Amino acid sequence: MNVARFIFQNYAQVLDLTLEHLWLVGVSTALAMLIGIPLGILIAHRTSLNKPVLAGANIIQTIPSLALFGFLLPVPWLGERADRLAILALTLYALLPIIRNTYSGIRGVDAAVIEAGRGMGLTESQLLWQVELPLAVSVILSGVRVAVVISVGLATIAAAIGAGGLGEFIFRGLAMVDDRVILAGAIPAAILALLADFGVGWLERRLRPR
Amino acid sequence: MAPDRATPAIEFRGVSYRIGGTQVIHDLTMQIAPGETLVLLGRSGSGKTTTLKLINRLASPTSGRVCVNGVSNETADVIRLRRGIGYVIQEVGLFPHFTVARNIGVVPKIEGWPQNRIEARVQELLKLVGLTTDLASRYPGQLSGGQRQRVGVARALAADPDILLMDEPFGALDPLTRDELQRELLLLQQRLHKTVVFVTHDLREALRLGSRIALMEAGKLQTVLSPDEFLKSDDPWASAYVRAFGDGLESAAHRGVS
Repeated sequence: MNVARFIFQNYAQVLDLTLEHLWLVGVSTALAMLIGIPLGILIAHRTSLNKPVLAGANIIQTIPSLALFGFLLPVPWLGERADRLAILALTLYALLPIIRNTYSGIRGVDAAVIEAGRGMGLTESQLLWQVELPLAVSVILSGVRVAVVISVGLATIAAAIGAGGLGEFIFRGLAMVDDRVILAGAIPAAILALLADFGVGWLERRLRPR
Repeated sequence: MAPDRATPAIEFRGVSYRIGGTQVIHDLTMQIAPGETLVLLGRSGSGKTTTLKLINRLASPTSGRVCVNGVSNETADVIRLRRGIGYVIQEVGLFPHFTVARNIGVVPKIEGWPQNRIEARVQELLKLVGLTTDLASRYPGQLSGGQRQRVGVARALAADPDILLMDEPFGALDPLTRDELQRELLLLQQRLHKTVVFVTHDLREALRLGSRIALMEAGKLQTVLSPDEFLKSDDPWASAYVRAFGDGLESAAHRGVS
């Protein structure tokens, strides 16, 4: 109950940091979708690119997050502001699940459906927008869901480089050896992750084709 | 049939098609007259399906030329070409996220028909292929195999193409439904007089539906014969088919819509 009292007493700051956290996760996920979905579509159609692109995204995923934040720190424009840097790093991490799911969602569309569509005289872009994407959308969204949940967790580490977010409480609590402060960051972060998981999952079910 | 009547609907001139190291079609020359039903008969891998895809350019010849209504496929706009040709495949390939009505209306819609005209056309086609109009709002997953293939045929006919390509359309259906659909295709042909190219490996189906039968083996056109000629032919491949299918073939050839 001490935690609850601490959060209640510092609710303005908790709210601020939560919003900051949401901002980091939201912007990076949006960017990752903007890059990852077109890339996934591309490698689903040009299969020769599929190995190098997925391998690249995989390698990024294996870099420890703290190390990645550190690597990016000396980069000119990026290093000037910690939030830019955090957003870039989070975007990179979110790419793999989004690219992979877009790829497998589109490859998973029944070949006969594509052939029938092409044979009827649908253009490649009509096929993409009217057939492939609507049929792949729930698979793509489940990739987004994974990406968001990972991001919410990873974004707490962004506080280590001064990018803000709920990680601030966690690091401060660690330094002060005060569980209440750690939990004031960890609990809202966990709730955010659950809400994001639920929200995108709901969208995913709604958009799933019959 | 009357191969001299005006331009052939479809013409193959010395067409070869090679993919990887395999020669799939070997020097194919053939004319298909407007309004006839040409059946491409052959076993799996004989090149029937590829021949069909050369017509709507889902495959392009390695050498030679395919002409549709007198125009070479190389120079034609491929999207226009395909919209003028109905295409029905064994797996049907209905869009699972579209209702039956939207599936049938795909080509009219992208061709910019007004909505009320599309709706009227959908109703008309559903009746034409023997379906009740209350199926219009269903999804493909809620239909039986036979119903799905009927919708496939309706979809291919939607924009009233002159040519219909059918790739083993009834191959996956049970014998009764298959028989029913063969009969309905014949009735449809009596009314619509489309140029139909129909792929099958079933000689009975070929005899019943075809005005001519083109027999393919290993990528080569062996012979093109009318059903009656086919039964009497001494062509080694044709007689091999007749032997393999056994008795009662005459009745298949003359059965028509009965």
